[in-house]
Amino acid sequence: MNFDFSEEQKLLQKTARDYLAEHCTLATPRAVLESGGTHDEALWKGVAEMGWLGAAVPESYGGAGFGRLELALISQELGRALAPIPFGPTAYLVSEALLVAGSEAQKQRWLPRLASGELVGAFAFDERAGRPSAAQLETRVEGGKIRGHKFPVQDGASAGLLLVVARAGSRSALALVEASQSGVSATPIGSLDGSRPLAKVAFDGARAELLGADGGDEALLSHLLDRAAVLAAFEQIGGAERALELTRDFTLNRFAFGRPVASFQALKHRMADVYAAITLASSNAYYGAWALSTDDAELATAACATRAAASEAFELAATEMIQMYGGVGYTWEYDCHLFYRRAKQLGVWLGSAAEWRDKLVLRLAQRG
Amino acid sequence: MDFHDTPEEAAFRAEARAWLDANAEPLPPGERRESPMGASEGRKGMLERAREWQRTKADAKWACITWPSEYGGRGASSIQNVVWNQEENRYRVPPNMFTIGQGMLGPTIMAHGTPAQKQRYLRPMLRADEIWCQLFSEPAAGSDLAGLRTNAVRKGSEWVLNGQKIWTSGAHYCKWGMIVTRTDPAAKKHAGITYFIVDMESPGIEIRPIKQINGASDFNEVFFSDVRVPDENRVGAVNDGWRCALTTLMNERATIGSGGGMGVGISELIKLARETQWNGRPALEDPSVRQRIAEFYIGLKGLEYTSYRTLTALSRGQTPGPENSIGKMIGAPLRQKLASFAIELQGAAGATLDADATPLGGTFQHGWLGAPGLRIAGGTDEILHNIVAERVLGLPGEPRVDKDLAFQDVPTGRG
Repeated sequence: MNFDFSEEQKLLQKTARDYLAEHCTLATPRAVLESGGTHDEALWKGVAEMGWLGAAVPESYGGAGFGRLELALISQELGRALAPIPFGPTAYLVSEALLVAGSEAQKQRWLPRLASGELVGAFAFDERAGRPSAAQLETRVEGGKIRGHKFPVQDGASAGLLLVVARAGSRSALALVEASQSGVSATPIGSLDGSRPLAKVAFDGARAELLGADGGDEALLSHLLDRAAVLAAFEQIGGAERALELTRDFTLNRFAFGRPVASFQALKHRMADVYAAITLASSNAYYGAWALSTDDAELATAACATRAAASEAFELAATEMIQMYGGVGYTWEYDCHLFYRRAKQLGVWLGSAAEWRDKLVLRLAQRG
Repeated sequence: MDFHDTPEEAAFRAEARAWLDANAEPLPPGERRESPMGASEGRKGMLERAREWQRTKADAKWACITWPSEYGGRGASSIQNVVWNQEENRYRVPPNMFTIGQGMLGPTIMAHGTPAQKQRYLRPMLRADEIWCQLFSEPAAGSDLAGLRTNAVRKGSEWVLNGQKIWTSGAHYCKWGMIVTRTDPAAKKHAGITYFIVDMESPGIEIRPIKQINGASDFNEVFFSDVRVPDENRVGAVNDGWRCALTTLMNERATIGSGGGMGVGISELIKLARETQWNGRPALEDPSVRQRIAEFYIGLKGLEYTSYRTLTALSRGQTPGPENSIGKMIGAPLRQKLASFAIELQGAAGATLDADATPLGGTFQHGWLGAPGLRIAGGTDEILHNIVAERVLGLPGEPRVDKDLAFQDVPTGRG
């Protein structure tokens, strides 16, 4: 057993952290939030040049040819930095879907453009509030044309390539839809985390190509969600760690009653609980990353546990951050709300913690 | 990252399994190795069986495998120890009832004892020919262990001990105890403590069992009245006992944190939820039940994987990260909640306690009754939160008004 990342992987992570410390301070997500833009274009280009978008994409398709463990660590660093870029939908979902189930022609056509950052990817599944069911979608693909609407779609307005879950005849399938064609229209929608934009995307007879030979089935969709869940969890863990570090530093330097407020047990114990939640999420995520990187069958349960734990840890860390900062934590000027917003938005993307917990036990039960 | 055995680990596992196959009977699937908690036959019978198994293992060098070979171990790595424990737990063998000595006191003797002490005590400890207990806590020294008052006064080549210890597991069947005593009340509280090995059969020792809320008596009060201990039984220098005590406590946390003996877990809970009917359907079909089970699964798996991270660091010769310090802080309350939920799952029948009338022989009920103790023993939840906050997160320590006072001047209450 070797339950840790390698020295090379940790070095890559360090490089990512250093790069982001320079190119993505908390002023970066704040600027996107305050400007109402879609993302930070300079950071997006920089991240692409660093090869991170194609971290898990083989070199033959224009990627860096590392693997999922490397991608996970990069995600963690992007989470720490609250990077305001459409990395997750592009790398965790669209590129992964192509790698797992795309045809050779699809891989050759799309992966280099996704890995280079030329195309933003988006994943379109939900159609309305609630928990989507692949069997009850209204969006339909027929004869290479797609009709319907998706809401909300993370980065839907900036996407160049959409991975859409739709009905194809009597079954569900995954389809690739190029955004720059007539018959695709995206309307921005305000989001909780204004540094990560949402959109409503409507399809009116646009060209759609099934992923792979036949668009796969619900099992493929479920598998792709599991893969993305592990990667998104690393991003959440990174955000949670940073929130706790900032909380620690702030409370050590804020004095009340003649002492740092960090010296009061009421706060020490809260921070210890946040640390524990992050550690449990992180350890589950190590297991999830191992299962993801080795295509182990354990992924089906590990992804659920990882994702639920990470969603909770990030939300806890961000919520407690505001509480422990006190009044200033509630101001627009301080950065706490950036974490609070990001934690919640990531926490409901691809399914809430409650959904993943439910899936976890259903899958454990099936195993007998 | 690789979660599977390395070839070396696989070879070690095969070797362990081969010996176990030849010496014990495998447990059928779903059955767990027996636990010392809530032993139906009483502890006495279990103790004799546990001793016999310990000797069988010792003869084949499968006891205390991480100990150096000069003391009867095989110098195994921490990872090998995990592999061994995983394998041993698959067989119908008695539980190890000697972990206080072997896991905590033995390593203290190895670190601080004289060559003669190592020679005399370690092998019989490994074979369980002699069983050991830990005499640390006192009525007025629990979380604040260094506030201990049992005193030792030197008389020639001997020390004379007076005072009281409490929460001593197994005192009534132990041959030896390791005790921390006050030897200089004029010094600051951590500076006047000395560590001894005491013969539990000495005149002047009185042992009274404590009846716990679960009806069992796992612990004792131990009274010392002019108990004489030869100076050769001193561990470490006079007034340097706190340092030795810390070695014991560090090993205690590692033993408890390793998750051994924590009782039933998630697979039993799922089985219970499958077999228990709620409104005519298996309770497992109820989403609210699944939410709770998931919470326990994620917590328990998180702790298990956290311990693997620690082991990986150890196996690479690195100092483990701080992550394992959350083990007992999270594990003990989580198991209490799990037991409580499992009882609720059973409805009114959850309140039954007769082994033959209660699902899984009342395991969850017994676990629930025992759970409050786990949250207190070996560091309360609150002390563990302080430890994580201070040692892991680097937050300021608690104000210590007694730190610079002579121990005899430290204020005391009436509690």
